[in-house]
Amino acid sequence: MPNETNLVAALIEKDRQTLLTGWLDAQKRYGRQRDTTNAAANTEQARQFLDQLRRGAASGQFDTITGSDWAGMRELLEDLSRALVAEGFSPTDTAMFVFSIKEPLFEMLRRELGKDAAKVADLSWAVTRLVDRLGLFTIECYAATREEMIGRQQQELLELSTPVVQLWDGILALPLIGTLDSARTQIVMESLLERIVTSGAEIAIIDITGVPTVDTLVAQHLIKTISAARLMGADCVLSGIRPQIAQTIVHLGLELNVISKATMADALGLALRRTGKVIVDRARLAETRGTDARSNDPDRRAARE
Amino acid sequence: MSEIPIMRIGDCLLVSIQVDMHDRLAMALQDDLTQRIVADRARGVMIDISALEIVDSFIGRMLNNIAAMSRVLDAVTVVVGMRPAVAITLVELGMSLSGVRTALNVDKGLAAIRSIVDNPEDEDARQDPDARRKY
Amino acid sequence: MLVESTDTMPVRNSDDVVRVRQAVRARAVAAGFSLVDQTKIITAASEIARNTVDYGGGGTLLIETLREGARRGVRLTFADNGPGIADLALAMTDGHTTGNGLGLGLSGAKRLSNEFAITSTPGQGTKVTLARWK
Repeated sequence: MPNETNLVAALIEKDRQTLLTGWLDAQKRYGRQRDTTNAAANTEQARQFLDQLRRGAASGQFDTITGSDWAGMRELLEDLSRALVAEGFSPTDTAMFVFSIKEPLFEMLRRELGKDAAKVADLSWAVTRLVDRLGLFTIECYAATREEMIGRQQQELLELSTPVVQLWDGILALPLIGTLDSARTQIVMESLLERIVTSGAEIAIIDITGVPTVDTLVAQHLIKTISAARLMGADCVLSGIRPQIAQTIVHLGLELNVISKATMADALGLALRRTGKVIVDRARLAETRGTDARSNDPDRRAARE
Repeated sequence: MSEIPIMRIGDCLLVSIQVDMHDRLAMALQDDLTQRIVADRARGVMIDISALEIVDSFIGRMLNNIAAMSRVLDAVTVVVGMRPAVAITLVELGMSLSGVRTALNVDKGLAAIRSIVDNPEDEDARQDPDARRKY
Repeated sequence: MLVESTDTMPVRNSDDVVRVRQAVRARAVAAGFSLVDQTKIITAASEIARNTVDYGGGGTLLIETLREGARRGVRLTFADNGPGIADLALAMTDGHTTGNGLGLGLSGAKRLSNEFAITSTPGQGTKVTLARWK
């Protein structure tokens, strides 16, 4: 009914100031009021809302707000809901913020079209559908903003809980703790690989002592990480394989294709050998070298003095 | 003559891929490298891809080809400087680059070439890049 | 789900393939993708773009930025009027890295994407749609 909706747009334009005052008043009565510091911003946003409402209504689209004519309104509601989340509004208060405009709108229709009861009823119904859609859209934006905030916090937690440590020149260790889901593995993979680049480490020990279960999915994640490290020119060693994990791996027929050790100590020993290091017992070394070595040993000299 | 400069360090050739490669450039590079390996009697070829943000299957095939041709000419190829995001994507893509040795950076790449070239008794290791993992 | 913005570009030669990568990167960055997600979608785009040029006789790319709640996505639609693919199932299996480039490109691009769809009619053309979400 294009004529009717244009009528709504025209009425909004004509009664703009009354609508604005009516709405601000209804907001106070129906929902939580915004901070006094935000009062001016609130009035401005309400004014812009009415602007966008008139524009959208003029387009004749009352049953959907996804079109380009409602783009301005959508953007406004996104900004508004983000502000309300930041101000600590609940989902209900956020919704009531928008829904409370129904009251002044209905009053406007009755005032301007009072004699034509049928028309008032039709347009009131059209306006209700539209405002409901706007209110629901606002709630969805609100929910999305909250999720985004939580997501960011989770991300930070994840990054804090996956430390990569350097055990020696060229040897990194990644002690994994807890369950390995897709999101977590992504972060873990990326931070390990980044660290390999910055430290120039050629061996990374991935310790899974703290991982409760290893199923096909976890194994896949591990294999991908190890493959990526190898593609870059480093290699990995698995450690912390508990007996039950070893059994599970065999039962599931998982081909890990990587050297795995029971303990990180064993893995470290292997990594040191691989990087060309030899661990020597100092006393034994001294014996084989003879008296010269003993008298020249700096520690012993210090002890003598 | 390809737009990608090929430098010589001792008996090794070093190529640094900086630009977004299109087909003509890739073909030209393969041709140039093969000619230079023969002309300079190079024993090693190092391809630095640290500037590459994207390595797709085309570039992957190019690297495999270069490694294969070098091998025929008795030179060792090492690809260095692969970025983590590229490595993760190649794994997901399913590209194994199994014919290509890799190292973290130019220093390690040169060291790898040296250890293979200077140890002629490890003839098998030279032919099989995966053999280096067996300790 | 909303389509926030669209763009079309030709995919006719290897210079276009480079431009496709640049355009997809710009979209992915604007959509707030992580570096790894950017790399994945650009690589997938590169694979399909090459196929469009090498096997499809050239075609077009439609880039769309999508929005669902707070999530943003990038959708790419490659279309050509080339010979088409007779055996899609075969084309989607992994080829060898040095052999059947077509195989690895399609299946690889699918693995790199959150959504992937391909239709092809021999003699008429091929259409590949892939999308990645933040």
